[in-house]
Amino acid sequence: MAQTGVLVIGEIVDGQLSLTSKEILAAGKPIAEQLGQPLAVALLGADVGGAAQEAFACGADIAYTATDPLLAEYQADLYLAATDAVCREADPAVLLMGRTAIGREAAPRLAARLGVGLAQDCLEVSVAPGSTELRANRPVYGGNAMATVSCSSSPQFATVRPKAYEPAESDPSRTGEVKQVQVALDASMARSRVVSVVREESEGIKLEDARIVVAGGRGLGGPEPFEDLEELAKVLGAGIGASRAAVDSGWVPASWQIGLTGKTITPDLYITVAISGASQHIAGCSGAKVIVAINKDAEANIFKEARYGVVGDWKKVLTAFTETVRELVKS
Amino acid sequence: MPLNIVVLAKQVIDPEIPMSAFQVDRDNRRIVTPANIPPVVNGFDENAVEASLQIKDSQEATVTVLSMGTGFSMDAMKKPLAMGADELVLIQDDAFVNSIDSAVTTRMLVAALNKLGGFDLLIAGRQASDWDNAQVPLGVAELMSASCVTLGKKVEVGDGKVVVERIVPEGYEVVEAPLPAVVTVSNELGQPRYPTLRGIMAATRKQPTVWSADDLGVSPDETAPLLNLVDLFVPSTVKECDFIEGDNEEEAGRNLALKLREAKLI
Repeated sequence: MAQTGVLVIGEIVDGQLSLTSKEILAAGKPIAEQLGQPLAVALLGADVGGAAQEAFACGADIAYTATDPLLAEYQADLYLAATDAVCREADPAVLLMGRTAIGREAAPRLAARLGVGLAQDCLEVSVAPGSTELRANRPVYGGNAMATVSCSSSPQFATVRPKAYEPAESDPSRTGEVKQVQVALDASMARSRVVSVVREESEGIKLEDARIVVAGGRGLGGPEPFEDLEELAKVLGAGIGASRAAVDSGWVPASWQIGLTGKTITPDLYITVAISGASQHIAGCSGAKVIVAINKDAEANIFKEARYGVVGDWKKVLTAFTETVRELVKS
Repeated sequence: MPLNIVVLAKQVIDPEIPMSAFQVDRDNRRIVTPANIPPVVNGFDENAVEASLQIKDSQEATVTVLSMGTGFSMDAMKKPLAMGADELVLIQDDAFVNSIDSAVTTRMLVAALNKLGGFDLLIAGRQASDWDNAQVPLGVAELMSASCVTLGKKVEVGDGKVVVERIVPEGYEVVEAPLPAVVTVSNELGQPRYPTLRGIMAATRKQPTVWSADDLGVSPDETAPLLNLVDLFVPSTVKECDFIEGDNEEEAGRNLALKLREAKLI
């Protein structure tokens, strides 16, 4: 049978369909409708629990489930073998995955295994009326350019950036069909093995998950001013980061780095202090809803990205800003 | 036998340049490389070179740097040699001038790796700063049936296996995988070493091995892209910055806080 339908590789977090999966279902639904074909979800785990019903509520028509005790913890080789088996069973026309930690690792390997092209990190995926061709828009060169790409192999495969779509609205009355897929896994398929996990004491809030992030750059001039930033972060319950320049200068740890060669953040509010906004930094924070910039140079690139800005000496601005924020947050 | 390490390194437009220096030639669907700004080796790939040299510091190993592209700048591409790598192999073919497909790059690199006699350990940066795909090394691992570990911040080899400290959100995990293995590394690995004067002199004398698609015996069928670039354009950004002012900088700071409160952001 010809390849048909849209298959979303879902992720299950704490027994529930992940938020990103609901976003990808929202991205896939109009494509399935345009193609006049079903929207399916792949669910893998030791137990997929109520995730299939959640996916139906979010617009899926079919849930392909693969359950195996070996899938209890994510292990790339096993997960890949199972995903590969589900894809071959579902045989979709369009394959979508979130560009999550798992997606970043699994999608490229799955594409190689299926022998197909892969459109990565897409902000928009669509099929034009009357066409079956998937078009995907994705930022390149640190967001300085946008590329539209299409696949000349099948299934047409894309990874979608988390938060690019709003999660699908849930309609608990929707139902769908569950199809179990047998995956022949055995423990020897896992080639890499986690020997130990080291939890690092992180004082602050995880940058990737933070609703508010504050960060400092080269203009701070040294490591000490980051204490002022930490003060602000504490008041706001924010994560704290830095530009590459500050990391390269050895002022703060590499794990603080935001940008193309560091972490990608998507907070509601991102407050930058003495960061000029080189394109490599913007690439890591362009997903922030609102950017605030404090910088002494009115011509700094960061003001082109910022919604609110103050031009001035960071020390004077920040001290007064933090004090006022403290009062406001208390009230 | 010395450990055979291959590092994948890509030449990219310097990501530190101001955005105004970027120009998109939409008709030809390509980025116009700013003439006065020299290209660089992708940042994470320099971390990969560093990772390979740390292994070479502690045991007998050879480090071969492999790259595919067009219009190579020897100033950029010889930097890994100056840092201490042994060999440089470049796959250069005008057929790939406009290639954006990681699948094609993967196939070409696999052909070159086979011609080189394979590898014990292949190290690459976690992603490239131009297309940010983080795809090629993982594809190579699949096509060459090597084990694969991503996001390393420390890489060691012993007893026929690689031991990687792999970054995870809550810290790191120690992962073991048998050789041959593909490992991608991140900036947490630390600052790459600077080339020494001696290293720079040695690099000047070394000539890269340059192969074309023909040299690798790759047929045109195998280089047909699976991913096509339909359009390339500058995204329209209509962000208006609201400059918050005050009689002095302190007042501007206070007004900013009030503004964010008003906008319900804090």
